[in-house]
Amino acid sequence: MPELRKTPMLDQLLDGPFPSFVKEIKKGAEKNEACNDLLGQLELSYEEKVTHWKHGGIVGVTGYGGGVIGRYSDVPEKFPGLTEFHTMRINQPAGWFYKTDRLRKFLDIWEKRGSGLTNFHGATGDIILLGTHTDQLQPVVDDLAHEGWDLGGSGSDLRTPSACVGPGRCEWACIDTLDIVDTLTRRYQNELHRPMWPYKFKIKISGCANDGVAAKARADFSIIGTWKDNIQINRTEVINYVNGGFDIIGQVVDKCPTKCISYNPVTKSLSIDNSNCVRCHNCINKMPKALRQGKITGATILIGAHAPILQSAFMSWVIVPFMEMKPPYDEVSELLEKIWEWWDENGKMRERVGELIYRLGMRSFLKATGLPAVPQMVLHPRANPFYFWDKEEVNQ
Amino acid sequence: MVKTDFGPPKYLDMMSDLCKRNYGKWKYHEVLDTGTLVHVSESGEKLYTVRAATPRLMHIDTVRAFCDLADKYCGGFFRFTSRHSVEFLIEDEANIEPLKAELHAMGYTPGGVGNTISNMLHTQGWIHCHTPAIDASGIVKSVMDEVFEYYKEAKLPARLRLALACCLNMCGAVHCSDVAIVGVHRVPPKVQDDKISKMCEIPNVVAACPTRAIRPEPAKKSVVVNDERCMYCGNCYTMCPAMPIFDPKNDGAAIFVGGKVSDARHPAMFSKLAVPYIPNEPPRWPTLVKTIRLLIDVYAKDAKEGERYGEWINRIGWEKFFQVTGLPFTDKHIDDYIFSVPTFRSTATFKW
Ligand code: HEM
Ligand code: HEM
Ligand code: HEM
Ligand code: HEM
Ligand code: SF4
Ligand code: SF4
Ligand code: SF4
Ligand code: SF4
Repeated sequence: MPELRKTPMLDQLLDGPFPSFVKEIKKGAEKNEACNDLLGQLELSYEEKVTHWKHGGIVGVTGYGGGVIGRYSDVPEKFPGLTEFHTMRINQPAGWFYKTDRLRKFLDIWEKRGSGLTNFHGATGDIILLGTHTDQLQPVVDDLAHEGWDLGGSGSDLRTPSACVGPGRCEWACIDTLDIVDTLTRRYQNELHRPMWPYKFKIKISGCANDGVAAKARADFSIIGTWKDNIQINRTEVINYVNGGFDIIGQVVDKCPTKCISYNPVTKSLSIDNSNCVRCHNCINKMPKALRQGKITGATILIGAHAPILQSAFMSWVIVPFMEMKPPYDEVSELLEKIWEWWDENGKMRERVGELIYRLGMRSFLKATGLPAVPQMVLHPRANPFYFWDKEEVNQ
Repeated sequence: MVKTDFGPPKYLDMMSDLCKRNYGKWKYHEVLDTGTLVHVSESGEKLYTVRAATPRLMHIDTVRAFCDLADKYCGGFFRFTSRHSVEFLIEDEANIEPLKAELHAMGYTPGGVGNTISNMLHTQGWIHCHTPAIDASGIVKSVMDEVFEYYKEAKLPARLRLALACCLNMCGAVHCSDVAIVGVHRVPPKVQDDKISKMCEIPNVVAACPTRAIRPEPAKKSVVVNDERCMYCGNCYTMCPAMPIFDPKNDGAAIFVGGKVSDARHPAMFSKLAVPYIPNEPPRWPTLVKTIRLLIDVYAKDAKEGERYGEWINRIGWEKFFQVTGLPFTDKHIDDYIFSVPTFRSTATFKW
């Protein structure tokens, strides 16, 4: 085993209270030459202020179109361990829950067949395996398959869907985020593993308006839990909060965006005008013991988020204000499949579904999906008179 | 024969009996301290969670050490969060403190719950990607070291979410974070005429440019870039390796502030530009770190209880934000991308 690379710049990142990634790579470097070379190449990047990874390059494994990302050093002569150093995306269990005996077997495979470096997790939600040779890709996939782990998505396919912890450990989950993500992931394995669309498509699911997986900001198709009936108030607990010194006026009443909460200091009671509540979740966040969501729960479905390249960034917008989310979630699937069909037919290469809707108008989208136009879809109606009519809508 | 398309491990196989018994029956939770939560179910059973930030990039031996702790204190079960934190799920209250002590000894301090800075979401950077303008892990480490007190102690008016993306592709949820760092280039790509015809599909390269800055140059079987129109997104380089956009003298970081994803009180918001450019200064990026520190300190002092970063700015107004932070406002702050006009002020009501 050659000596550890000298890394004076990186070594300055070993100190300090936050755990050090350099320490992690060094753990690997003691037993794996590629990790040692990674230290060396990263040090070079620190000196020169530039990346030393070459542009992609297609690599793959039998039966899959995505899940593996080619990675090659642009200075392989200096760092031969990085000549091939590919990324693999492995589909995480819903909610990122792990049982140690299963996970240990997973880690053993990566020790044998790769660098031993991982991300728990990538921003995609997958477990990321950082760095292995082309000839190891297939064996990794085979070994992992044997232990019940499958690849995630990459390229122009359905990306690995993800969800917040939901009913697994959160009282605010209005929907079974874990069951939904698991069901949809299994149902759409073909879409996940074989890129065939204009571009990528992401599904993310949060159990409530706190949006723990940033579904609204990051997913083409965002499912967010909500409720329809009245917020449940536990009067005794309200009194307990007040008696405990909680600033109910400042933190709850004044912060309600629709001013639909009132508090009577004499009786120490809280009342909510539910017909004006927009279900923003603030009051419940602040008084979890006293306030609970209603009992008629379901999801709001939003569409279109994507990053600034190409057409500016969009946050997802409402297409279904309320959908009951009952297993096996056929209603969601029907909608998803209609959307995919329309996008596949009309989308240009590298055009996300939100950009397509922007180009052709919500009017075409609604027609294609059969969804009705409702005021919940907009902040306000248009402020210009420049709208289109179909031939059928005007007198011939 | 290779087995494919069987999907991820079933989450229920990864969950403790206690979690399964109380699945969907959680009643409320309490924050015990910045590293510990308790969830109480309808049945009265309790589940304690100890959370700690990880560097995300971990060697398998570290993950194995987490497994050891989970075996010792949690019946073999643990999880990760959407922000790369590790969470130990504890049934016996007596296990909390010994677990925390062992975690701490490993270099992993519990924290990030409640009105704190939780773990910093980030991307790959120089560790593993071909398009970054900045590193990811090194900046995250430097920033988190600097603001660690806000991670350990609940001293902020509300929770504060940090994120970093190392190029404009923005592979981490940065655009809706309270304080976000984004890698930016500042000069157009350099066209390598001799390589383009071999390596790239010219129509795709032309189409990839969001500002239509690229034209074919049939005589050279290459393309030309109209420098005036290029906003350095690097999309062309993604399509075509013969158009590198790196420039160590000019690449660096921008800072965006005031975004959030939750709809509580105020609907989710995008982050807005605070600082257009700070140069790369590895290994510890002192100017960038100092500026982030300033942005957080000013907010911590000035915002009201319960106000997220963007809510604070909305209340005081952007003109005041630039005043209290002392950051310069420049022509770069005024939008001239696709949907810019609605961001212009059309009232005569503002503060001095
Ligand atoms: C032109 C386009 C893009 C290119 C060439 C690109 C390239 C890449 C590459 C090479 C990686 C893997 C990094 C690695 O592990 O080696 C990656 C990761 C990722 N990309 Fe992109 N990307 C592009 C656009 C986007 C966009 C628009 C988004 C979302 C808005 C996105 C989201 C992600 C995410 C979430 C990851 C995982 C990152 C992580 O966990 O650190 N990408 N991208
Ligand atoms: C500070 C600069 C920004 C950074 C670093 C950033 C970063 C990111 C990242 C990393 C993602 C993808 C995450 C994922 O898919 O897992 C993303 C997605 C997105 N960003 Fe941003 N963003 C920034 C600015 C903006 C702005 C200004 C907007 C809108 C005005 C915006 C809107 C969006 C939207 C709508 C998505 C959807 C995600 C997708 O394409 O999958 N971002 N952003
Ligand atoms: C196709 C669209 C439009 C046409 C053909 C149009 C036409 C006109 C005409 C002919 C006048 C002059 C009337 C006069 O001589 O007194 C006028 C005035 C005006 N237009 Fe428009 N207009 C259009 C759209 C709009 C829109 C979208 C706005 C604003 C949102 C607008 C705002 C005004 C205003 C403020 C005046 C002055 C009214 C006044 O003197 O009280 N117009 N428009
Ligand atoms: C004021 C109350 C709260 C609000 C507004 C809120 C909001 C959020 C938001 C916006 C996220 C998205 C991710 C992020 O930005 O970190 C999140 C994630 C999360 N929150 Fe909360 N939260 C609140 C209280 C809590 C409490 C008290 C707990 C613990 C019981 C909690 C547990 C979590 C967890 C575990 C995640 C990560 C989700 C995952 O990884 O699956 N939150 N929260
Ligand atoms: S998004 Fe809502 S339901 Fe999901 S973990 Fe966060 S608070 Fe709980
Ligand atoms: S959920 Fe939001 S809108 Fe509804 S009562 Fe509570 S604070 Fe007001
Ligand atoms: S943000 Fe850019 S540089 Fe960073 S991992 Fe994503 S594509 Fe690569
Ligand atoms: S960097 Fe972006 S804006 Fe500039 S030429 Fe390339 S694609 Fe166009």
